[in-house]
Amino acid sequence: MTPEMIIFILIALVTLGTAILVVTTRNILHAALWLIATLVGVACFYVLLNAPFFAMAQVIIYVGAIAILFIFAIMLVRVITPSGVKVFNEDWLMGLILACVFFGGMIWMLTRWTGFDTIPSVAVSQVDKINPVKLLGIALVSPNGYLIPFEVASVLLVAAMIGAIYIAWGKSLRNK
Amino acid sequence: MLFISDPVMFIANWLQSFLLGWGLPKELVVAILSFIGSSMIAVVMLCLVVALIIMERKLGGRFQGRFGPNRVGPYGLLQTIPDMIKIFTKEYITPQGADIIIYNLAPILITSAVLLIWAVVPYTSSVVGADVNVGVLYLIAVGSFGTLAILMAGWSSNNKYALMGAFRTVAQMISYEVPMVLVLLIPVIFTGSMGINDIVKAQTVWFILLSPLSALIFFIAAQAEVARAPFDLLEAESEIVAGFHIEYSGLKFGFFYVAEFLHSFTMSALVATLFLGGWQGPWVEAFPVLGFFYFSIKAFIVYFLVLWVRFSLPRVRIDQMMDFCWKALIPVSLTLVMVTAIVQKLLVGAGAALPIQVAVHLMVNIAITWITVQIMLAKQARKPRRKPVADIRPVAVGSPSTPSTKSV
Repeated sequence: MTPEMIIFILIALVTLGTAILVVTTRNILHAALWLIATLVGVACFYVLLNAPFFAMAQVIIYVGAIAILFIFAIMLVRVITPSGVKVFNEDWLMGLILACVFFGGMIWMLTRWTGFDTIPSVAVSQVDKINPVKLLGIALVSPNGYLIPFEVASVLLVAAMIGAIYIAWGKSLRNK
Repeated sequence: MLFISDPVMFIANWLQSFLLGWGLPKELVVAILSFIGSSMIAVVMLCLVVALIIMERKLGGRFQGRFGPNRVGPYGLLQTIPDMIKIFTKEYITPQGADIIIYNLAPILITSAVLLIWAVVPYTSSVVGADVNVGVLYLIAVGSFGTLAILMAGWSSNNKYALMGAFRTVAQMISYEVPMVLVLLIPVIFTGSMGINDIVKAQTVWFILLSPLSALIFFIAAQAEVARAPFDLLEAESEIVAGFHIEYSGLKFGFFYVAEFLHSFTMSALVATLFLGGWQGPWVEAFPVLGFFYFSIKAFIVYFLVLWVRFSLPRVRIDQMMDFCWKALIPVSLTLVMVTAIVQKLLVGAGAALPIQVAVHLMVNIAITWITVQIMLAKQARKPRRKPVADIRPVAVGSPSTPSTKSV
């Protein structure tokens, strides 16, 4: 039981527990906050997998932007589920069977993967020398790499921002 | 290494060999040492707030032409201790209808968000909490936790003024995160790495000389992040009473107070690390412990600058604040990042020596600053001035006739 395994089990328990709480809580703001805990748990997994850039990007984008947007929307709309409404679906047995089938199928597919019980060939010391952030940067801007998807994603984000500004400007702009 | 030249690493190595000698597995020893190190950082930083509070009160008094507190202790330097005792013993009043768990979690979260920043700051060349190679991104990521804690505090107080204050605070903080993040790219461009210790080691010439405009923008954006004057509209007593922490009393309010002061000092320490050369100084290769003193001196000088600005400038209105961020700081920082990247690439490609790099970057910065100031002045001149409502009344002068017969 190495400390890494202990840490992994703890983070896994926290992530799964908070994920269950997201869908079962009655108060929607509590659900958003549990979601933040889940996202931070996933960021911790990225750190354990030796991908620090993705961990930081996960926290910045998901927690810092998306979760705060959720919370702003909830606070501005203030929808409180009344106490008579059922939170759980009535068809939970079918959902349970489907979930077990999917989970079993994924486990079966994973066990057929060669990397399931063998450690990858790149040793930890090698990974430090490779500097994954530099490789990511080169891949994002090299024409042989992912330059075109990068640029297309940027254009998509600008389009989304322009759309949001246009909608938020209200009637005064649309009437002009 | 000797104890004198590098005491922290000496003690760490001694403790590590001691625990390994007991037969503990290596990972457990590393875990124990990390735990001890992080607890020490947290405790030292929380105790440092005591010194920061008294520094602010004394210096604030001096800036305003009065003594600060001068009763408790020599020159009033122990004033924070009765303040602490007072705030420990105050009653916790929880408002009715408050969301209890979120209400109590918000002060804890905001203090932890500030303490988390100290995990990546290098104190000397060898003493770093966690030398991640994405340290700059970590700073941005942790900044979002503080924003979250403020939203939680404002919502759970069941008070519409607290909620409004929380919205405004969060709007200000996420607006000013954008220029802060953009300007953080500039030391990264100069260094070629996102790790903070790498940035400090690459500062043979301080980055404030290489790009003073970016240091200035980072300083301004950091002040707005912390909601420090002149951007403290959201928690000033004359504005919205106390903003998002209006319903907190006792030590819960104490946590918000501590978090604000510590965040302000943390931002000063970050300015010192990223732009003023961090732990670098004379004789720091031979005696790494001197790096700690240089870092502290630089951080406190920047903190003095923060206090100076706080007590000299009037408060900014919320719409002026947002205008300044979105219409002035963001275009300038975007331009600065693009121009710095292009210029740095050209200079490095041409193989320019260091003084030429410094000179070219300085000229570029001054050019961008001058252009920005001209644009802002032109916009100001175009705005319609308010018409004066009345003539300027002269100061009361004595009338020619005797004062008893005529009323002035």
